[in-house]
Amino acid sequence: MNFPQELKYTKDHEWIKVDGNFGYVGITDFAQKELGDIVYPEFSTIGTQVAKDEIFGSIEAVKTVSDLFMPVTGKIVELNTKLDAAPELVNSDPYGDGWLVKIEILKPEELNDLMDAASYQQSIGV
Amino acid sequence: MKSTPLTEIHIALNAKMAEFAGYNMPISYSGIKEEHHQVRQSVGVFDVSHMGEFTVKGPKALELLQHISSNDVSALIDGQAQYTCMPNDKGGIIDDMIIYRKSAEDFLLVVNAANIEKDWNWIQKHNHAQATLENISDVIALLAVQGPNAIKVIQKGTSIDLNQIPYYHFIQGNLWNIDNIIISNTGYTGSGGFELYIPKDHAVTIWNALMEAGKEFNILPIGLAARDTLRLEKGFCLYGNDIDDTTNPIEAGLGWITKLNKEDFVGKSFAAKLKEAGIAKKLVGLKLLDKGIARQGYEVCDEQGNTIGKVTSGAQTPSLEYPIAMAYIDKPYFKTDSNVYVKIREKLILAKVVKMPFLS
Repeated sequence: MNFPQELKYTKDHEWIKVDGNFGYVGITDFAQKELGDIVYPEFSTIGTQVAKDEIFGSIEAVKTVSDLFMPVTGKIVELNTKLDAAPELVNSDPYGDGWLVKIEILKPEELNDLMDAASYQQSIGV
Repeated sequence: MKSTPLTEIHIALNAKMAEFAGYNMPISYSGIKEEHHQVRQSVGVFDVSHMGEFTVKGPKALELLQHISSNDVSALIDGQAQYTCMPNDKGGIIDDMIIYRKSAEDFLLVVNAANIEKDWNWIQKHNHAQATLENISDVIALLAVQGPNAIKVIQKGTSIDLNQIPYYHFIQGNLWNIDNIIISNTGYTGSGGFELYIPKDHAVTIWNALMEAGKEFNILPIGLAARDTLRLEKGFCLYGNDIDDTTNPIEAGLGWITKLNKEDFVGKSFAAKLKEAGIAKKLVGLKLLDKGIARQGYEVCDEQGNTIGKVTSGAQTPSLEYPIAMAYIDKPYFKTDSNVYVKIREKLILAKVVKMPFLS
């Protein structure tokens, strides 16, 4: 399993890739494997402000459904529309084309609470 | 956690493993969708060695089975199998199972892994006829070879003409030079194929032979996750989801294996009463018409949001374009074509009651 160094991770298996005041959010390789084949994700609408650790959507897999939790307080500014036609990108490229939402980071100091790749990997025991 | 004779092979294949009914079982290998389609289109192999097997023998075997089984075991001939359930004495179901008749005084019962102990105790308690019982669950491995090409794969290992084994019939014989394997034209996928009951020491040999013989059909190992989506599309009940100790066979749509015209059996009076009075709820199929996937335990509501039922199984399965579910629904909403709503995350999602199987 792959856990890129440049990302920050949550205990709920989301990652965030910081890009200035913005961040891309997705689920980890571990999470997509646990869920199995993704059917579709569902998100709060663009413009919604979501606090850290609050639910910003859910992801439906063939066998199960899982909530999505926001890594840091932010405002949703973009949804990955590629997933409408190709939800399997979350499985095949979880850190790339399978990203879920782009947010404007409202409390950058919360990034310090997140795990780095090594800590995350340790937390899931792989 | 218990292992099957093939657990090490699954781990070596990098399968996603999880505990199921006390066994360390493969949930998926290459992915649910790929595995599911492989079975529908060609052939796949399931290790379902966790299933339980009991032998019931002797001159009183039939008497015992008739007493505990809802279906008419006396209708079986040698080499034939029958789907049935074991009702309890409170209107519910102890387990669903398959009964194989090897001869007039030699039967094999195949039960769900999670219920082995419960079933065994139940059968012993009701063995007033004193048939000879043996729990052989730990010495029998079970491989389900399923899909339209299954017959071609297995045929490579035996001189028995598999075309001569009709649906729900079996022959005990030699497969890849191993004797006493039950080759049964049964399965839980609705895609055809056979189930192989193998003395456990030979399970690895047969597994490897199947994989080799199936190469030309791109044979794949299939996990329990795809087993669930495959059976759901066909509307087959899963014990623990769609039927359990509290659900009645008549409500579950299992009236066809509940023979009220046979001699008395445990639970008969409940089934007869329900059939007479009419049922107040029924297990039906749902096709979801709006976006959302119904899952086990979700409420089913009327238009006003009043609870009228509960989902027992549900998924977006690989062969269908829309999500499906099985649910117990109150009268009169259980009628085909009724509009109902599944409560998914506080939203009411429109669904239609449809006839099963979902996939013909």
